[in-house]
Amino acid sequence: MAGAIKQVEDLHLLNLTKKFGDVAAVDDLTLTIPAGSFFALLGASGCGKTTTLRMVAGLEDPTSGTIKIGSKDITNLRAFQRPVNTVFQSYALFPHLDIFENVAFGLRRRGIKDVKTPVNQMLELVELSAMARRKPTQLSGGQQQRVAVARALINEPDVLLLDEPLGALDLKLRRQMQIELKRIQREVGTTFVHVTHDQEEAMTMADTVAIMNAGRIEQLGNPADIYELPKTVFVANFLGQSNLIHGTAQGHSGDDILVAAYGQTYVVPAARSSATGDNMIVGVRPEKMTVLDAPDGHRAPESHNKISGRVTDVSYAGVSTQYLVRTPWDQELTVFEQNVIVGDRCSVGDEVLLHWAPEHTFGLENLGG
Amino acid sequence: MSPILVAGPSKPVVVAKRRSRTGYLLLFPGMTWLAIFFAIPFVTLFMTSLQEPVPGKMGKYQAGFQLSNYTNAMAEYWPQFLRSFIYAGIATLLALVIAYPLAYFIAMKGGKWRPLLLVLVIAPSFASFLLRTYAWRTILADEGPITSFFNALHLLPDDRILNTGIAVVAGLTYNFLPFMILPLYAALEKIDPRLIEASSDLYSSAVATFRKITWPLSLPGVVAGTLLTFIPAAGDYINAELLGSTKDRMIGNVIQTNFIEFRDYPTASALSFVLMAAILVMVFTYIRRAGTEDLL
Repeated sequence: MAGAIKQVEDLHLLNLTKKFGDVAAVDDLTLTIPAGSFFALLGASGCGKTTTLRMVAGLEDPTSGTIKIGSKDITNLRAFQRPVNTVFQSYALFPHLDIFENVAFGLRRRGIKDVKTPVNQMLELVELSAMARRKPTQLSGGQQQRVAVARALINEPDVLLLDEPLGALDLKLRRQMQIELKRIQREVGTTFVHVTHDQEEAMTMADTVAIMNAGRIEQLGNPADIYELPKTVFVANFLGQSNLIHGTAQGHSGDDILVAAYGQTYVVPAARSSATGDNMIVGVRPEKMTVLDAPDGHRAPESHNKISGRVTDVSYAGVSTQYLVRTPWDQELTVFEQNVIVGDRCSVGDEVLLHWAPEHTFGLENLGG
Repeated sequence: MSPILVAGPSKPVVVAKRRSRTGYLLLFPGMTWLAIFFAIPFVTLFMTSLQEPVPGKMGKYQAGFQLSNYTNAMAEYWPQFLRSFIYAGIATLLALVIAYPLAYFIAMKGGKWRPLLLVLVIAPSFASFLLRTYAWRTILADEGPITSFFNALHLLPDDRILNTGIAVVAGLTYNFLPFMILPLYAALEKIDPRLIEASSDLYSSAVATFRKITWPLSLPGVVAGTLLTFIPAAGDYINAELLGSTKDRMIGNVIQTNFIEFRDYPTASALSFVLMAAILVMVFTYIRRAGTEDLL
């Protein structure tokens, strides 16, 4: 097995639905995960991401829909018949077996006699050769995590499923393991499907992120694209922070939409708006805005979008400073300012002018509420 | 963006002296109980087992060092010893075979019914042990449905169940079944269902998962259950008394008659000691073999 070039194929989910009673945990999901990619399913708990993963693993039966790898329909295969392996949330290492036997488990079940070489190679890949004869409880959380990855990967699955694999680790270790998992993925080239609620984790690790909400995919794409141009209010708020201002489209000016809100007109590039009606939302990321003291307001470029307000809170966080600015219509906006200027920071109570470039603005559909 | 703070938990200063004194204080009631109701009777029993008869006075004994009490007792009663261990062994095996699927079902599929099912397991114990064993006399009676059924199939060597070894083993199995079910349940219930999922994710069929994951992880329960069943069953005399004939007497019956009827205290004590020692040796070998030393 080892060394053979493996034909990796795409994973297709077609109209996949899972209902628990009347509630659809996964609602008519259609998705193609390209072979060899690092794919993240990102969403809050209860959004259906884990259920989706478990259906792919064969641990949960879909209510309807099809799961395919390449052209092969695996929907009705039992978990142990699928060319798919899972790294479980709490690792689920077998406590009565040592590390070597844990990793060898899948090979032995498939009747492979010579497990020594592949197991040792795999332990080397995850840098745990010295621990082969230890029991799982004698390992640290990060080491157990790597054993769980090795135990799944040694079977050379078409798809490796990772269910919140880093959730139990502390922050520092999580960062290390993110890099480690990416390295392993690059080395083995297997398709990784990673379920997480941690947006930073999804963004740093995955090539493609799908943001799930209420059993559906809200937006799919590479992390930077989604961040720079969210398509729904949910995505704008879930992935990073956004300032959203309700307004009404007044018409077009060239390639831009002019949106009126609270007596001001904002410029939104038409290409960056997913709104269909006139009733829309103007959005901008906090770090794209610049804060100017009101008397210096004239320094803001003419073409920029502008909002005036009063600073209600300043929190200094080393790399950046976060300002909360209250607008005349009593909405609180968040602004991140890089701490590149010495001194001269705004303070609470200052009248300020916020401005940002139209090309950083995005338009969203106002679904009411 | 947020700074990472690394702060170790400040360790509280341990007041070692005080703690250990509290420990002894807490041990005191239990130790006193053990001393009065175990250690002292144990020593008395041992001394009785070595007593010799007072010459010329029937049924009177005095302190001595008569090791022949042991050899005589063994020479006379070894068949009952052997029978006790065989009956207890069969009953333990039967109990394991009956209890395992039941405990597995309650632990894995019981869901919200688990507490109720467990209460049902121990509910019979609300009635007295003696009463329940008497009830088995009716259940296994010669003209009863069970005996008639097996007789119709010509499966019974003596054409009856009551007053045979079968009845004794059946009674032992029934009476000690809860002691098998509960530890098995406790062990099975502790198994993380994700381990079962992981096993099936790693190409194990249901059978392979049971053999490689569930069974090994339930071994502590199996060991505890078999011990809790075997030890009291080996020393039991009620079942043999009520359900067996004189040919099915177990060592417990012998000890009981020697104490109560023959008033041969040295022989009865010697037999008690041999029983204890034999069970201890068996238990230790068993635990060694089962590889569950952590239980000790």
